[in-house]
Amino acid sequence: MTTAAAEPAAPPDPLQQHFDDTIARDHRVEPRDWMPEGYRRTLVRQIAQHAHSEIIGMQPEGDWITRAPSLRRKAILFAKVQDEAGHGLYLYSAAETLGADRADLTRRLIEGRQKYSSIFNYPADTFADVGVIGWFVDGAAICNQVPLCRSSYGPYARAMVRVCKEESFHQRQGYELLLTMMRGTEGQRAMVQNAVDRWWWPSLMMFGPPDGDSPNSAQSTAWKIKRHSNDELRQRFVDMTVPQAERLGVTLPDPELRWNEERGSHDFGTPDWTELQRVISGDGPRNAERVSRRRAAHEEGTWVREAAAAHAAKQAERREEAATSRSVACPR
Amino acid sequence: MPQMNNVQADWPLYEVFVRGKRGLNHVHVGSLHAADDRMALTHARDLYTRRNEGVSIWVVRSSEITASTPDEKDPFFAPSGDKVYRHPTFYDIPADVPHI
Amino acid sequence: MSDDDNAYLGLAEAHEGDEAHWAFGTGFEDPLHGTDTALPPGVDGQALAARCLALGDDALVLAQRLAQWCTRAPELEEELALANIGLDLLGQTRLLYTRAGQADGSGRSEDDFAYLRDADAFRNVRLAELPNGDFAHCVARLLVLSTWRLAVFEGPTTAADPVLAAVAAKGIKELAYHRLYAAEWTVRLGDGTEESHRRMQQALDAVAPYLDELYAAEDVRGQVEAVLRQVADSAGLVLPGTAGLPGSGRDGEHTEHLAPLLAELQSVARANPGATW
Repeated sequence: MTTAAAEPAAPPDPLQQHFDDTIARDHRVEPRDWMPEGYRRTLVRQIAQHAHSEIIGMQPEGDWITRAPSLRRKAILFAKVQDEAGHGLYLYSAAETLGADRADLTRRLIEGRQKYSSIFNYPADTFADVGVIGWFVDGAAICNQVPLCRSSYGPYARAMVRVCKEESFHQRQGYELLLTMMRGTEGQRAMVQNAVDRWWWPSLMMFGPPDGDSPNSAQSTAWKIKRHSNDELRQRFVDMTVPQAERLGVTLPDPELRWNEERGSHDFGTPDWTELQRVISGDGPRNAERVSRRRAAHEEGTWVREAAAAHAAKQAERREEAATSRSVACPR
Repeated sequence: MPQMNNVQADWPLYEVFVRGKRGLNHVHVGSLHAADDRMALTHARDLYTRRNEGVSIWVVRSSEITASTPDEKDPFFAPSGDKVYRHPTFYDIPADVPHI
Repeated sequence: MSDDDNAYLGLAEAHEGDEAHWAFGTGFEDPLHGTDTALPPGVDGQALAARCLALGDDALVLAQRLAQWCTRAPELEEELALANIGLDLLGQTRLLYTRAGQADGSGRSEDDFAYLRDADAFRNVRLAELPNGDFAHCVARLLVLSTWRLAVFEGPTTAADPVLAAVAAKGIKELAYHRLYAAEWTVRLGDGTEESHRRMQQALDAVAPYLDELYAAEDVRGQVEAVLRQVADSAGLVLPGTAGLPGSGRDGEHTEHLAPLLAELQSVARANPGATW
C-alpha cells in the first residue's frame, strides 16, 4: 500500500537505519546516539512540558501545606509537593541529555512559550481538593506515565520509573484522605463530593484531545515515545476510577457513565473540548496566576543564583592562586 | 576578575552517581545544577536520596566527563565479540560436577 | 547483559515485596523504637511537658515559615532542601508534642497542641515567628536556630527523659545538616556579590536582637557564638553585638506576627469541629 513512492527510493542512510532498527527491536535510544531531529524536538517538547507540569503542579496543593488540618497531613502534603519539585528536576535532567538547557526551558515557561498540563490551571478551593487531586490527577498521571517507563528514549524512561514509584504514594495518600473524610462529618462528605464534581471533567481532559484531533500522536507512537492513544488511556482511567468512587461513596458527575457489558468497559460522556482548548491556550481560571508565581520566584532568586556562581568563581580563583604560590615557594 | 562584570545566574550541570548500599557500584541516577562541588553534593542528597536511597554519592561536572561516542562503537566494543572464550558458557562442564 | 531499564534495580532490590514502602529507600525507623515511655522516677512531669512543648513550638513555627517558602525558593534544588528541613522539624514537633501530652498527664495529642492553643499559649522563641524576608533572612534565621537547637540537643539537659533523649538523638543528625546547609549559604552570600553581601549582612543584623532570648531560654551561648563567629568570619561578615530585645516567647510574649501565622495554620482544623482527617 505504501509502495507508491513518488521519488526513487534513496539509499538507506546507515544512521537512520541504525535508529530505526533500535526502535524496531524495542531497544532504548541513548543520549549520544544519532537520532532524527524531529525525534529529538518532539522529546524535548514533551519532556519539558512534563517537567513544567510537575513544577506548576506544586502550586494548587502547595498552598494548603500551611493550612493542613493535622500535623500528619501537613507532613504528607509537604513531602508530596516536595516530590513534585523532585520529579520536575528528574525530567529537566532527562531533557538536558538531549541538549536542552534548563534555564532556557524555564524562560520558555515563564514567558508563556511552552505549555504545561491544563489541569493545574484549576483552583484548589478546599482541603478535600488535596485528596481529589491525589486520587484523580495523580491517578491519571500514573495511567499516562506507566507506559512511559517503556518509552524509547532511555533517560526519559528511567526518570519515569522513579517518578511512577513515587506517584503511587501520591495517589494513595489522596484516596486515604478522602476515605477518612467520608467517615467524618456531613460537612466533610459534602466537601469531598463538591471537589469530585469540580475535578472529574478536567481530569478526563488531562489525557489530551480525542484521538481524531491529536495530530502528533501517530508519529510519537511510531517512535515509541508514546505507547497508547489518548482515548485508550482515558478509558483505562475511567475503568480504574469507577469502582474506587463506589467504594468511597461519591458520585462521578456524568449521567452517561455506565458499564458496557459488550465492550467490557464503561461508557462515559464527552468532556467539553472547547473548555480544554480555552485552558490550554491560556484562558483557564488560574493560568496567569500560576505562571506569574513561577516567574516571580525565578526572578527574585536571580541575585541568589548569581551570588553562588560568583562565590564559586572566586573560590576557584583562590585555589588557583594558592596552587601558584605553592609552586613558587617550593621550586623543584 | 574576569567573571565579576558578567555574573552568570545559571549554575553548571552536574551528573550524580549513587551507591545504593554497600557492595554495589555507584549508579548514574541523573543530573542537577549547582554552583560548586559542595552544593552539588548537598543538592544530590536532597534530590536523589531523600528516601534513604544511598550510602554514598559522587558528583561530577557534566563538562568533565569524557565519553565514547557512538562512532567509536565498533573499535571500542566489537573486538571482544569474537573472544567467546572469555565467557564461562564457552566451556562444557559435565552436569554432575558440583559447585561450578 | 545489563538491562537499560534497570539502572535503579540496585537501589530498589532490598525492598521488593515490601508493600509498606511506596518508593525507593532503605525504609523508615521509628526513632522511639524500644524507648520506654513511662515517666522515669524523679522527673517532674509538668516541667518536662513544658520543655517538650517549648521545643516543639520552636520547630512547628519555623516549619510553618519554611512551608511558606514552598514554590518561592530561588532555585528548584533549594525547594527540595527547604522542604527537607521543614519536614525534619515537623517530625520533631510531633514527637515532642506527643511526649508533652504524656508527661503532663493530660493525654493531649500532637494535634491538640498544634491546633487548639492560641498565640499566648505558644512558647516558641520569637525569632522563629518573624515573617519571611528574602533568602538571606531565611538563611540567617536557619543558621542561628539550627546552631542553637543543635547545641541544646547535644547538651546534658535532654538526657533525663529517655523519650526526649531519643528525640534529641534523632534531631542531632538532622540539625547538623540544617546548620551545614545554612552555614554554606551564609558563606556563599557573604562572599558572592556586592548585593548578596549587603543582604546577608542585613539579615544577620536583623536576627541578632533575638539572640539573647535564645541564650536565656537555653544556656548554650558559648557553643553558639563560637559557631556563628566562625561562619561569619569565613563569609566576610560582621557578627553584630546582641543588644537583646526585652521579653521572651518562652513566657508567652510574642510579636504581632505569631497570631496570623497560627490563624492560617489552624484555619481548616478550627472551621470543621468534630471532623477527622
